[in-house]
Amino acid sequence: MAWLLLLAPLSSALLVWVALRRHPRASQAVSILASLITFVTALGIVLGRIEAPAPLAWIDFPGFRVEMGMTLDALARLMLLMVTGVAFLIHVYSLGYMAEDPGRARFFGELSLFLASMIGIIVSTNFVMMYVFWELVGVSSYLLIGFWFEKNSAADAARKAFLANRVGDFGFLLGILTFWATCGTVAFDPEAARALAGNWLAPVAALLLFCGCVGKSAQIPLHVWLPDAMEGPTPVSALIHAATMVAAGVYMLCRIFFVLELSPEALSVIAWTGGITALVAAFIATQQDDIKRVLAYSTMSQLGYMVLAVGCASTTAAMFHLTTHGFFKALLFMGAGSVLHALHHEQDIWRMGGVGRKMPLTFVTFGIGAAALAGIPGLAGFFSKEEILQAAARSQPVLFWVAAFTAGLTAFYMTRITLVAFLGQPRSEVVRHAKESPLVMGLPLIVLAALAIVAGYPFFGIVRYLGGQEGGEKSLLVPAASLIAVILGLAAGAFGYGRATKEPVAIPLFQRKFYFDEIYDWTVLKLQEESARLLSWIDQWIIGFLLVRGGAFVVSLGGEVLRLVQAGNLREYAFVFALGAGGILLLLFGR
Amino acid sequence: MSPLTILLIVEASAIGLILFGAPPKKVSLVAAGANFLLSLWIYAQFPAGIGGWHFVENHPWIALGGLPEIRYHVGVDGISLPLVLLTTLVTLAAVWVAPAQIKRAAEFYSYLLLLSLGALGAFVSLDLFFFYAFHEFALIPTFLLIGIWGSENRQFVSLQLTLYLGLGSLVLLAGIIALLGVLPAEARTFDIPQLTDYLRDNPIAPGQQVLPFALLAAGFGTLVSLFPFHSWAPLGYASAPAPAAMLHAGVLKKFGLYGLLRVAMPLLPGGAETWKPWILALLLGNILFIGLTTIAQKELPAMLGFSSVMHMGYLFLGLACWNALGVSGVVFLMVAHGLSAALLFAVAGEVRERAGEIRFAELGGLARRMPFVAVAFLVGSFASVGVPGLANFPGELLIFFGSWKSQPLLTAVVVWGIVISAVYQLRAVRSVFYGDLPQHLADTMDVEGAKRIPYALLMAALLILGIWPGTLLGVVGPGVRGFLSLY
Repeated sequence: MAWLLLLAPLSSALLVWVALRRHPRASQAVSILASLITFVTALGIVLGRIEAPAPLAWIDFPGFRVEMGMTLDALARLMLLMVTGVAFLIHVYSLGYMAEDPGRARFFGELSLFLASMIGIIVSTNFVMMYVFWELVGVSSYLLIGFWFEKNSAADAARKAFLANRVGDFGFLLGILTFWATCGTVAFDPEAARALAGNWLAPVAALLLFCGCVGKSAQIPLHVWLPDAMEGPTPVSALIHAATMVAAGVYMLCRIFFVLELSPEALSVIAWTGGITALVAAFIATQQDDIKRVLAYSTMSQLGYMVLAVGCASTTAAMFHLTTHGFFKALLFMGAGSVLHALHHEQDIWRMGGVGRKMPLTFVTFGIGAAALAGIPGLAGFFSKEEILQAAARSQPVLFWVAAFTAGLTAFYMTRITLVAFLGQPRSEVVRHAKESPLVMGLPLIVLAALAIVAGYPFFGIVRYLGGQEGGEKSLLVPAASLIAVILGLAAGAFGYGRATKEPVAIPLFQRKFYFDEIYDWTVLKLQEESARLLSWIDQWIIGFLLVRGGAFVVSLGGEVLRLVQAGNLREYAFVFALGAGGILLLLFGR
Repeated sequence: MSPLTILLIVEASAIGLILFGAPPKKVSLVAAGANFLLSLWIYAQFPAGIGGWHFVENHPWIALGGLPEIRYHVGVDGISLPLVLLTTLVTLAAVWVAPAQIKRAAEFYSYLLLLSLGALGAFVSLDLFFFYAFHEFALIPTFLLIGIWGSENRQFVSLQLTLYLGLGSLVLLAGIIALLGVLPAEARTFDIPQLTDYLRDNPIAPGQQVLPFALLAAGFGTLVSLFPFHSWAPLGYASAPAPAAMLHAGVLKKFGLYGLLRVAMPLLPGGAETWKPWILALLLGNILFIGLTTIAQKELPAMLGFSSVMHMGYLFLGLACWNALGVSGVVFLMVAHGLSAALLFAVAGEVRERAGEIRFAELGGLARRMPFVAVAFLVGSFASVGVPGLANFPGELLIFFGSWKSQPLLTAVVVWGIVISAVYQLRAVRSVFYGDLPQHLADTMDVEGAKRIPYALLMAALLILGIWPGTLLGVVGPGVRGFLSLY
């Protein structure tokens, strides 16, 4: 039964690919049905009705056995429920959002492929199985970012995403190899990992494995692909590049925490990477004008929080925030998508204004999501962020202040886009003609808004499900500092953008995203281009010319070969050649 | 009679029929299809889980002067059976992809079948003489296919390829002679199983192995485009007609690797040990030097040619480290690379023919006009960059795991190849199929109808092996264990 989690979406993807690409209705039905089956199966697993199946041997050599199996512990079950639930809502939402797209059959097939791969990561029982689905998630992300492949920007963004992730996966694979060579297994086995304890390889393995997360979860310095990934259709941004796939990196860290915890040095590096990413992304988000890019940088920043939590040894806090963030960030993206759908893909918040009056449902639900993200007390984001800040205050005091400051920035930029896009007067013609989106898009928003309100409360039970509160008393300083930061952020946002019709202060460093793209263009890409050209030249003129043509010259001293070929008489040559080979053989052995 | 002999007879008689005026494409298709089905039957009948030779046929053929007796000795084990399957499948696809209307069609199709026959013969031969002669036999049609039906400056390319592969074969021949020369006279035989058994029990002094191994490695290495003896490959593949490139890059080129695996490494382990640092250093040239060179290519077929050279680096790594994981990975990846290279070269042929253009700068947006071809290229590309779910991944994985324990740093550098190959392969996807569709390509037509079947076959094979590698590892693992006693 549990295999349905993988088989349903995989067969849907295959069916759409092979047979249904010209039949959008059928492919929508198949894909949504598959997604519903995964959600129901996940529910069955959480309720204890469905057990993990026996693993199958995928590769079986002495000393290297890779199984395809299922881990269904609390960590996996929570993640499964969140992912399949949000995915189902986004499938439904896509019915409306993609209704007029001629390629929607393909779209739903690729969504199914993504869902299968994501579930594979969640239930993995070993490193290689996780790597398999990890890569497949990258492939489906590539396909979906490049869904509108005829757009140059989308095609470039897809490639950039795949390559940035590949760099991370390079490290991830080396980490897996290191773990296997030291511990003798690729299974997630804390017992076997003891071989790493106290070994100098422990931090090496931990940090190499962490590389995978840096790519997938868009941490600095491999984050550059995530903002560009917004070229994909908005349901894709909501599902893959906000709620689920990018969180897979964090999930992976929680899953392999038994390796990470062997090395305090590695944990520190992880914590700092997360903290810096959270801060830098939040700075950038304050100055972006494209509504999806603001949300993308906020995703990156929140992922930084989760990575920080792992670095502070609190996987509970990380998973808690991952779950609530999944709800409200999917909500925000789908709200933004609803706006874009109504505004014919106008994404610049300065060309919106007054959208709230035209689209009340979208406005209210987006507002709830924004408030949850900003950390307004009483909503889900407040509780989970609080857990992370507590963990940081316990083990990384400096990063705690960074994170608290980032919380203020978060409140600030969310206030900014909400005010600028939804309130005030319409600033372009499209807004005046905007209409509320259809009900298939509205319903998922309502469900997610409800979750964004309640998911943080203790009665909802996420923390308890993950194994209860972690030790250590709660410091009162933490809520005080974060509340002050949030209030200051809200106030600054309201003051700065309450009546603004254009950007009041421009900060080029933030607008240009700390120049990461430019730096990469000028260093990594230039270096690669130039060395490729140089080597190609050497290959053509030195290896090719000297070795080949030099060799040809030596051989052709007799003149025979050259004469034959110049006469165009290749067959004759070939015949002579065959005879010659046989002749030499005879000569040498025929003595 | 062994079914392996039937495979050879089917192709030989098809060539005969064509020479006597039967319709070339039809006859070739029927023969290739029959052979593919027959090889599937052989696979189905192949006993699972045990190594050793099967479907053996062995009788004397000719004795010449002082030469050891030459025997017709064929058979397959878990190492060669996958290559036989690869050969028959790629032959079928190549014949199917080939245009029905082509100048001198009878010759064209006979050469294709001859190429395939040579490869098949080399893979099933257990006699060194036939092993060598069949390959030699297959090189000739390769030269002709490029020289007569090739594109850009085919004369020069064909000459270069001839010289290069001809020299490689001669060095190889010298290596075989040197190998037999260091044996005591009574032990000299062309019989590979006998040689293997004899040398396992009576190893030659390592010092004596150095020269024969060097010759064999240089010969086989040239045939597999080991850096820096690769210059024939990219140009040759860029110029060859698509079916010839499919058969050579996909199948015949594996002969060199197969020879290293079947002859050079197991018979001369001491020589292999001496030369291992050199092979390791040179394969880095394949991965890094050629990998980066591939990025700089400006035309689709040339880029595929260089990429094919680069991928040989992984295979050399698996061979050089010589353990059960790595060698099984090599056999698996040989098949996977053969399938993916054939698929990609077939697509390049369609692009050349239908769009009339191969330069990246002039191509673009073709996925809109040729969705099927685009999907095929995407599948081939993902396979080639080692995405799980397609056949190349398990092969690369086994090689990396196999080489990690003895060569972690070198393996780490080689693993960087997964990034390099993604760079050039996705660039090709981007510049041929994505983005704007230039005006001059607006009327390009997709592949339709039965012409899609060869692509579908190759894609299905890549998927099946990728999703469930056990289909092939079930025979490869015991085969490697049986032949090499590697566990």
